[in-house]
Amino acid sequence: MTRIANLSIEFSDEQAMILASAKDFCRDKSDINAVRALLKSDTGFNSDVWNEMISLGWAGLFLPEQHGGSELNIGATIPLVESMGRHLLSTPFISSTIAAQAIMRGGSEEQQAKWLPAIAEGAIGTMALLDNEDWGATDTSCLLSTKGNNFALQGKKLLVNDAAVADFFLVLTKYQDSIALVIVEATQLAKNAISNRTLVDETKRAANVDFTGVTIESAAILAKGAEILPDVRLIGALLIAAEATGCAAAALDTVVDYLTTRKQFGRLIGSYQSLKHPTVEILIQMDSARTLIYHAATLIGDGKLSEDTEIACRMAKAQAAEALSFAGDRAVQFHGGMGFTYDCDAMLYIRRAQWSQHQYGDPQHHRKLLATLLLD
Amino acid sequence: MTDQQGIESGELSDFRKGVVDWIKHNTPADPGFLLPQTFMEVGSEQVLSFLREWQHKVWSSGYLGMAWPKEYGGGGMPRILQQIADEEMKKARVPICFNVIGLGWAGPLIIDTGTDFEKETYLKGILSGEDIWCQGFSEPNHGSDLGSIQTRAERDDNEYIINGSKIWTTMGNYAKYMILLARTDSHAERRYNGLSFFLAPMGAKGITTSPIQKLTGDYGFTETFFDNARIPASCLMGEEGHGWRIAMQTLQYERGAEAGAAGGVAILSTVMNDLLRIAKDVQRDGEPLMQDPVTRDNLVKFLIEEQALYLAENRVRIPALCADYPNSVALSTKLRGTEFFRRMRQYALTLQGASSALYVGDDDAVEGGFWQRAYMNNFSTTIGGGTSQIQANIIGEHVLGLPKD
Repeated sequence: MTRIANLSIEFSDEQAMILASAKDFCRDKSDINAVRALLKSDTGFNSDVWNEMISLGWAGLFLPEQHGGSELNIGATIPLVESMGRHLLSTPFISSTIAAQAIMRGGSEEQQAKWLPAIAEGAIGTMALLDNEDWGATDTSCLLSTKGNNFALQGKKLLVNDAAVADFFLVLTKYQDSIALVIVEATQLAKNAISNRTLVDETKRAANVDFTGVTIESAAILAKGAEILPDVRLIGALLIAAEATGCAAAALDTVVDYLTTRKQFGRLIGSYQSLKHPTVEILIQMDSARTLIYHAATLIGDGKLSEDTEIACRMAKAQAAEALSFAGDRAVQFHGGMGFTYDCDAMLYIRRAQWSQHQYGDPQHHRKLLATLLLD
Repeated sequence: MTDQQGIESGELSDFRKGVVDWIKHNTPADPGFLLPQTFMEVGSEQVLSFLREWQHKVWSSGYLGMAWPKEYGGGGMPRILQQIADEEMKKARVPICFNVIGLGWAGPLIIDTGTDFEKETYLKGILSGEDIWCQGFSEPNHGSDLGSIQTRAERDDNEYIINGSKIWTTMGNYAKYMILLARTDSHAERRYNGLSFFLAPMGAKGITTSPIQKLTGDYGFTETFFDNARIPASCLMGEEGHGWRIAMQTLQYERGAEAGAAGGVAILSTVMNDLLRIAKDVQRDGEPLMQDPVTRDNLVKFLIEEQALYLAENRVRIPALCADYPNSVALSTKLRGTEFFRRMRQYALTLQGASSALYVGDDDAVEGGFWQRAYMNNFSTTIGGGTSQIQANIIGEHVLGLPKD
């Protein structure tokens, strides 16, 4: 029988303020022309905007005060990330936030003292998790072995987000029979270790990274890597869900704009129920995702994630990815011939949908794990 | 109605314990027939007398109308106590308090705007279940477009003469009174201004009802005919021509929380846990159905949808999280909820395998055929009160600003 009992959604005044300023910021800094201007750029983001975000303290929102943070928790970033999705504002924020969470939750005091203040000041971290296409994999073929007093890495990681601009990587590896997360600095990588991929979502950047030959000290092995990895994956899923939810709202706006201005057969096309009703369905799906991400944001804290929180994060990711896939798909279709062109903004959403779908696990993956939690 | 002021939390928990205890000792045994989930399913004398007896018991034990005025049969107690009693009764899945139009619509209206005479005459009978109330708003061919009401009420000395017909009158054949919306002035400038509101006696000569058999095979609604039916002029509520306003106020009671309602369980809802219960013991392809990955995926999809539905109420309380589309959740709740239950109940039948062919009345039917009937009855909610398709139009136009057809 189901164990769902917790139905709380809370939103502090602080979060409301963050949401309000994030909305303004993202709208101002990332109108559709700005988004399109970055599509073919190397890094995929505007470093001035990124620096402004850092100076606003966003990267350290959830970090302890002693490490330069504001000491809110990760839930406080959900309105930020949702707003970023709403305006397709891409920066390394999500990558770096997930990496920061990993260090905050699993790092030793020294590791925290070394990296967390740096992150608050704009250092970019990213997770290097994938060996192949499987986000659900629990094992890895990226191996860590002793080398004198140090350790040597061998293996490649796929689709590492923001790899080209990252200052450090948290690499999922295996030492003897145990999973470990190790911190590798960009400066330690071999020449040509980073090979950028061509992504369907041109607002995002990712690369394959070959860590073979990198030597690390024991101080770079995350103290509790294996223990906190499941929570970090859930946090990743929640952040992607928040971004996807915002993006679904943007797709909805684009559809509504078109349906209220485009005329065919002498009528605004939004008056046709065959377009009106699925557009309402986009709203409903997006609304459900929104409800679920803020529920998860309410439950999540700095400690180990509870089972309720796990359920909430997985539901949020499953729902948000489905909502955005539907919204992007219909956005293209409802623009008719225009929707088939690169000039139409629906293109941006359908591509983002494909990217978001699998990040930190696709809906089916999360539902499969939810089934174990809820049905057995 | 009083508020929570002056009640210690200890008193509340003692009260709650009392309710739980009362429920334990007073919940009726299985009557041997399927009980209705809603008041729209009261289709036989057998069901009626069972529910009447139950409501009377709840009321005479002091757990119904707790916040209604004492002098009219209520308990004169703070609203919070009724809420606690309702919560516990819901949790225990006790039978419904069936006189819903009286308890939730007519009663609160009379308390708020009625004369002393009206309060004296009507309130106690509503609570005891002796006087069943029905609602006469909808008319054949007009669905829920109340502005188009054609039933006429003509003043004749100390009486009104009513002519016309109403449809979807719940318990019309059992009701003693009807809240009736009729046209007193067919020349009014605005069509809404010509309507008046009556508390009409169903026993008046010239009023006949014809039961409507539902797709489930059961009864529960009637069509109601007025053929020169004469009712006392004192049945007029408020003033002539104010009917629209009073009807709107009445609908607020229905929609807005349960503010003035007498309490009791109005609907026995089904939740996913009920669905999972039937999935547990079912076999498919020689294996337990609950091991089938497709079934599991489908069930979790429903669970996510249910969770989002229930959580939405809590998000609505936070204005910052509803800023983009302020009325979105409120206006889509009916569509989402009723459609969710329709699909969920339909899926419950799929889960039953070959047994899904059995219906109410068959000894082997899963849970007495509850799901077969519940699925079909659910259409009363996806059709009544504005169909899902009309709801989608409303949301599209009022929330998203899409153009009308």
